[in-house]
Amino acid sequence: MIEASALTKLYGDSRVVDRVSLTLDQPGVTAIIGPNGAGKSTLLSMIARLLPIDKGRAFIDGLDVTRTKGSELARRIAVLKQENGLLARLTVRDLIGFGRFPHSRGRLTAADRAKVDEAISFLDLTPLSDRFLDELSGGQRQRAFVAMVLAQDTPAILLDEPLNNLDIRHAVAMMRLVRKAADDLGKIIVVVLHDINFASCYADRIIAMQEGRIVVDGPAAAVVTEETVEAVFGLPVMVREIEGQRTCLFRR
Amino acid sequence: MSDRHILSLGCLGLVLLFVASLFIGAGDLSFRTIANGEMDGEALRLLLVSRLPRTVAAMLAGASLAVAGLLMQMLSSNRFVEPSTIGTTEAAGLGMVVVTLLAPGALIFVKALVAAGFAIAGTAVFLILIRRLRLKSGLLVPLVGLVLAGIIQAAAHFVAYRADLLQSLGAWSSGDFSMVLQGRYELLWIGAMLGSVALIAADRFTLAGLGRDVSVNLGLAYERVVALGLVIVSAIAAVTVATIGSIPFVGLVVPNLVTMTMGDNGRRIVPFVALWGAILVLGCDVLGRLLRYPYEIPVSVIMGVAGSALFLMLLARRRTAHG
Amino acid sequence: MADVAASQRRGELGTARPLILLALLALSCCAIFLTIGAQGNWSFVLPIRAPKLVAMILVGHAIAFSTVVFQTLSGNRILTPSIMGVDALYGLIQTLTVFFAGMLFAANSNSMTLFLVQTMAMIGFALALYGTLLGRGARDLYKLLLIGVIVGVLFRSLSGFLQRLIDPNAFVVLQDRLYASFNTVETELLTVAAILIGLVTLAFWRLLPQLDVLALGRDTATSLGVDPVALMRLSLGLIAVLVSVSTALVGPVTFFGLLVASLAVSLVGSRRHAETLLAASLIAVICLVGGQTLLERLLHFDTALGIVIEFVGGLVFLAIVLKRGIR
Repeated sequence: MIEASALTKLYGDSRVVDRVSLTLDQPGVTAIIGPNGAGKSTLLSMIARLLPIDKGRAFIDGLDVTRTKGSELARRIAVLKQENGLLARLTVRDLIGFGRFPHSRGRLTAADRAKVDEAISFLDLTPLSDRFLDELSGGQRQRAFVAMVLAQDTPAILLDEPLNNLDIRHAVAMMRLVRKAADDLGKIIVVVLHDINFASCYADRIIAMQEGRIVVDGPAAAVVTEETVEAVFGLPVMVREIEGQRTCLFRR
Repeated sequence: MSDRHILSLGCLGLVLLFVASLFIGAGDLSFRTIANGEMDGEALRLLLVSRLPRTVAAMLAGASLAVAGLLMQMLSSNRFVEPSTIGTTEAAGLGMVVVTLLAPGALIFVKALVAAGFAIAGTAVFLILIRRLRLKSGLLVPLVGLVLAGIIQAAAHFVAYRADLLQSLGAWSSGDFSMVLQGRYELLWIGAMLGSVALIAADRFTLAGLGRDVSVNLGLAYERVVALGLVIVSAIAAVTVATIGSIPFVGLVVPNLVTMTMGDNGRRIVPFVALWGAILVLGCDVLGRLLRYPYEIPVSVIMGVAGSALFLMLLARRRTAHG
Repeated sequence: MADVAASQRRGELGTARPLILLALLALSCCAIFLTIGAQGNWSFVLPIRAPKLVAMILVGHAIAFSTVVFQTLSGNRILTPSIMGVDALYGLIQTLTVFFAGMLFAANSNSMTLFLVQTMAMIGFALALYGTLLGRGARDLYKLLLIGVIVGVLFRSLSGFLQRLIDPNAFVVLQDRLYASFNTVETELLTVAAILIGLVTLAFWRLLPQLDVLALGRDTATSLGVDPVALMRLSLGLIAVLVSVSTALVGPVTFFGLLVASLAVSLVGSRRHAETLLAASLIAVICLVGGQTLLERLLHFDTALGIVIEFVGGLVFLAIVLKRGIR
């Protein structure tokens, strides 16, 4: 489904992403974790053709992302970055409607409208659907953008730090949604996360990056161990199972 | 009130203004003469050669400038820009100076074409500059635009000064409908036609307004949409400058007032923006003819006062927290 | 202790050297301006050139001082009086006097009374408007700046609007007043201007230590016992005088102050006002006098200096914004 081989991004002499190869073909949630500046967001952006690729190649459904038409790709992969446009005086429904743009090219059919309604109810946005985005709270707006990405109805979804600017309650709600989308809708979801515990609790697979490279890649339970976390973040930690949740605690 | 109601009310207002505009001015032409069927050749000629073209020109210029402003706001994802505050209009003026200097006898169409070329270059420089801004504050963007406009204006002044064209530059940089006659404003139709392209591609421009990442994700050929918008905005600015001179603030105030109440969905608001733009400019022109009758005050002067005052009100209303 | 003293002395020498160089450069610009191409015709050349030179020095100094101090008051390097529309305000006041007092006042009273009345009005309005704007604390700098710029546009548009409404003869009077250049400076006005600027400079010189403290930020200033609000009011009043004088002499110049102030800061590299002010003032004189000489004598352009300064100053503004952001 998603395939990257030796992806590299250079800023001057430094390799922000250094020959990264990975394959994602199973439905489920994959979390990319790592310290600041590890190249997580850059990797995601290159796969989603938001940033040009300096070396290596990325394929979506076997289509080379640098050669395929944007509208082709938009039906196969959806990406949500942290920064969203400043001009956002759209209603929630309008915004989510734009998620159908790759399919409808702007003229919504009945089927498109059904998909929009589906996304609205999936994210519990029904009471807000006619409000303008700039009248919503940060968490609500984030949900609206996720709904847009869901309405895009692609098998793969990439989310770049979707928990930024969310308080703990909204962050948990967002991760539950991500989980639900993977379980109920069978999507391949990749999330860049800062907090290892969110990754540990909600992801099936965790990819840890450090200085532009993938250092660990495996099932969540296998990655969240004291040795691995210490190696990746350079910080001694305790990993404990608390009521069935593998949790990582820093040492005083 | 539904969209349709507002639209029809606006159209009614525009029609009233249109009629008023036909009968207000220094020349002798009253509604009664026509109603009584006493219209002589003189009056008819005044109506057809001067008043009607003038009125149509004001409506076309207002509508297309307002739409150009809206497009510019979408292309730069910023509410506080319009062609005359980012250098587009000034670059068009510079183009007019240069082409007048090199080929004084060129057709107005050719001149407008050259002006459009300059305007495209000026706008492109602006877009490149704001992409380079490290600190993307919503208010820094219009500032950069204002300064760029100042620089281009200074360059135009310098060339005009050396070439003894200051007076012509003055005419291009201050909009005035008093010189509009039949046969000398028709280029404005091109601007209006380009403006309607904006309506056809409204969805794409709305998406572009959400930023590059969102647009690319949804499969929009972002760079191409930006280029299309750039050409439309620049061409509208150029034909306006070439025919009647620049009119400030229309492109800023009208889209802002409309989006404030109706949101940013292009397909829904483009007709309203065009309508209110036409009403505002025609209204200011009529006002300019009335205030110091029988003399006239140029529309750009009135718009400068009304527009900057309105803009300050917009700024004051805006909550600081939003980016 | 000895080391510290030595390094301090070195430090002083370090900033003194560019200042001395600037002073020498400014002096030679003035000398060249007075003498170039004179061919011994002193009695003819000097009476024409000397007042022009004095006017340029006064204006340069006034703009440099008002800009540097204004930047301290607003706490950043991009807000300047002319960018915030202060000189547009003066233009509006000039237009308003002609508009309401009409021909009578403008033609009959001597320009001195008029000038003083306008300057008083200017101080009042500047305090009311900018005192409020800056007084709220520059919480949202961009907003403040944009408001200032648009306020300037509003003032200019209003002036233009009123000028269209007044009688054409009065308009000519006004135009002469608004677009005076260095070539047509009234000697009488020059004397008053020199006295006013001298007094303001003296006043600022006494405020220097307090301004240095204010440059550390409003909160710090308050905790160090300097009342920022009082200091700001006083300084704004003085700035209004400087802007009135320079605008009355040569008309508005938008980016000149910014150009001079940022050159001064980058050259002297000091946050101490004594040095920055001096450097800015010298650089202003060099730019004006040197630029005028260059354009007039070498390139034979006559009054395009304002345009050139506008162009270069705008580029400097963009460079600052692109390189550093706004602080």
